[in-house]
Amino acid sequence: MLKRKQALQLNSQGQLRHFLSLDGLSKELLTEILDTADSFLEVGARAVKKVPLLRGKTVCNVFFENSTRTRTTFELAAKRLSADVITLNVSTSSTSKGETLTDTLRNLEAMSADMFVVRHSESGAAHFIAEHVSPHVAVINGGDGRHAHPTQGMLDMLTIRRHKGDYSDLSVAIVGDIMHSRVARSDMLALETLGCKDIRVIGPNTLLPVGLTDQYKVKAFTNMDEGIKDVDVVIMLRLQKERMKGGLLPSEGEFFKQYGLTEKRLTMAAPNAIVMHPGPINRGVEIESSVADCEQSVILNQVTYGIAVRMAVLSMAMSGQLAERQLEQEGSL
Amino acid sequence: MSITISNARVINPKTKLDKQTDIHIDGGKIIALGEAPANFKATKTIDATGLIASAGLVDLNVALCEPGYTRKGTIATETLAAAVGGVTSLCCPPNTKPVADTTAVIDLILERARESAHAKVYPIGALTKGCEGEQLAELVALSDAGCVAFTNGLAPIESNRILRRALEYAATFDLQVVFTSQDTTLAEDGVVHEGAIASFLGLAGIPETAETIALTRNLLLAEQAGVRAHFSQLTTARSVELIAAAQARGLPITADVALYQLILTDEALSDFSSLYYVQPPLRTQKDRDALREGVKSGVIQAIASHHQPHEKDAKAAPFAETEPGMSSVEILLPLAMTLVEDGLLDLPTLLTRLTSGPADALRLPVGDLAVGKVADIVLFDINSSTIVGDNWYSKGSNCPFMGHCLPAKVHTTLVDGRIVYQAN
Repeated sequence: MLKRKQALQLNSQGQLRHFLSLDGLSKELLTEILDTADSFLEVGARAVKKVPLLRGKTVCNVFFENSTRTRTTFELAAKRLSADVITLNVSTSSTSKGETLTDTLRNLEAMSADMFVVRHSESGAAHFIAEHVSPHVAVINGGDGRHAHPTQGMLDMLTIRRHKGDYSDLSVAIVGDIMHSRVARSDMLALETLGCKDIRVIGPNTLLPVGLTDQYKVKAFTNMDEGIKDVDVVIMLRLQKERMKGGLLPSEGEFFKQYGLTEKRLTMAAPNAIVMHPGPINRGVEIESSVADCEQSVILNQVTYGIAVRMAVLSMAMSGQLAERQLEQEGSL
Repeated sequence: MSITISNARVINPKTKLDKQTDIHIDGGKIIALGEAPANFKATKTIDATGLIASAGLVDLNVALCEPGYTRKGTIATETLAAAVGGVTSLCCPPNTKPVADTTAVIDLILERARESAHAKVYPIGALTKGCEGEQLAELVALSDAGCVAFTNGLAPIESNRILRRALEYAATFDLQVVFTSQDTTLAEDGVVHEGAIASFLGLAGIPETAETIALTRNLLLAEQAGVRAHFSQLTTARSVELIAAAQARGLPITADVALYQLILTDEALSDFSSLYYVQPPLRTQKDRDALREGVKSGVIQAIASHHQPHEKDAKAAPFAETEPGMSSVEILLPLAMTLVEDGLLDLPTLLTRLTSGPADALRLPVGDLAVGKVADIVLFDINSSTIVGDNWYSKGSNCPFMGHCLPAKVHTTLVDGRIVYQAN
């Protein structure tokens, strides 16, 4: 099993410095993120939705891949922390003109950014960027390829905690396109670290990655009815329609029939099981419309919690960066 | 120049020679071992006390990048790097720009090789024009120009019919074909071995069957055509089994493996380091163990560097956006010595896989340290070590072993009796 300490994203005191992946982060650190996010939730409910934690800092959202929801919530999170925010859709600018990724980053650094929130279509891109930026810039992974979407993972964990409490007694099912899902990978890691003992992944063999159960403490199901039985949490994943061209699935209709979350199927889960989805949802493809809107659905809550989680991560990473810089300065005196 | 190499431990597995003696060289050939011939007076003597003398290494795949990719390497820089790694003869693949599918390109490569003269260069020509898998290249003309074998590399020949015709045409003229087996459709957009680690990192995988299905097809068609075939860059345990079974049936099949495949596994990918991005990909420990056993048993006759230098920018991007390959010829001998250090191979067997094994596989007139043979010789010290990166000569710095301390150090390399490299 490949598990490694993420030395790159922690400072010498074990504080968050970058936020690239949930791999190697301790239960204590994840809990601290959740607790901090909890404390930020009330900021969103205030008349003046701002705290001064990142005042004078510049957060640069660098999106090499299109996204509306993640970009907007990161932007809001940074603004609520009083940071100056720049958002760049790089996919439609520099790199399309042939500029290399490192050159793009150098230019952004020259604008004195303190933090990059990066989304990229390639796995490992956030790691690459963290390794190549100046030491005083914090990098937050806003989703890289199929690899990781750690803030989404943490907002999913916050959603579960706020609705279900302790993870250790829960059964959680993640359903659909596990193969291409960075959300699923981050959720599986977070659930395992936070003590969830029954993590199930459900999908056809074409959407379950090879070696899944060797790397994660999960049970794989190809039968939705068996997999969903008595679970407390159902995390539906977006079926990436573009993937179906590659012979992974015969049709949306057949997928919905076999793996779609219908009202009937939801009754097989535990009473009061919550339904989650990272969005955007495809009604009638992975989830029945009435289920998406039912009382058990917490899909919109996830969006709200997402802002608080991103505030937590941004502030903690900046704090870790500053602490490290201070230590370095003291060391050089 | 006439040279006497005195007091070396001379190892030549081909003649089962392993003794401390002198080597006398004149006119580019080895004229005597032991006593100097009467009236022979060397103009230069190399004191090789404490050193091992072997036939120079024969590397079946060194990308020289010329013509077309001189930002990555040139014939001059990469043949010098080869000499530093103990290599005196090398084969270069046809994936140049333009592709080595015309005599003009072959002439250019050989001319540049003669100018630089750090190592002997044996070009491998394109099996199909442009390596596009559609029209046969002019194999006979290319052979006459100096190509020792033909390959499409990793570029696919999708049509079984065209491949069959290519192999039959090659067999007509007793030309050798080299396969690097990978089914493109199964490999899809994969960059690493399909397995638990690829899944964990979210990198697109290449299944083992991408190699074994293509290899099986290639074996069947090679058998049908009766062509001399060499299977290059094996990466899976199952491939070793398939090659062994074919050899057991008496087919004239040979195989090689990239040295790094005998040392690394896909676990090296854990940091997304693009230095470990190679094609075909690093596989599992089980595969690596089977490859090592294949080398030990002789099913795999040759160890090659599969050297592929790159400029810095080619590796400076997220993993899948980088170019595959390692710069590795420069450390071929010291890195290969880790196999001896690990107890996998004894020194004579290792030298067989690095000299006569590859030479015999492609019928090259080298790899033999004996009287009357060309004086392609490497002297190395197994009591010294190499720090990778000190005095780096390859233009490509894409070597994941940079900074490593490897057993043994190349002391002197001679090609045709000329000293082409001597360590400080």
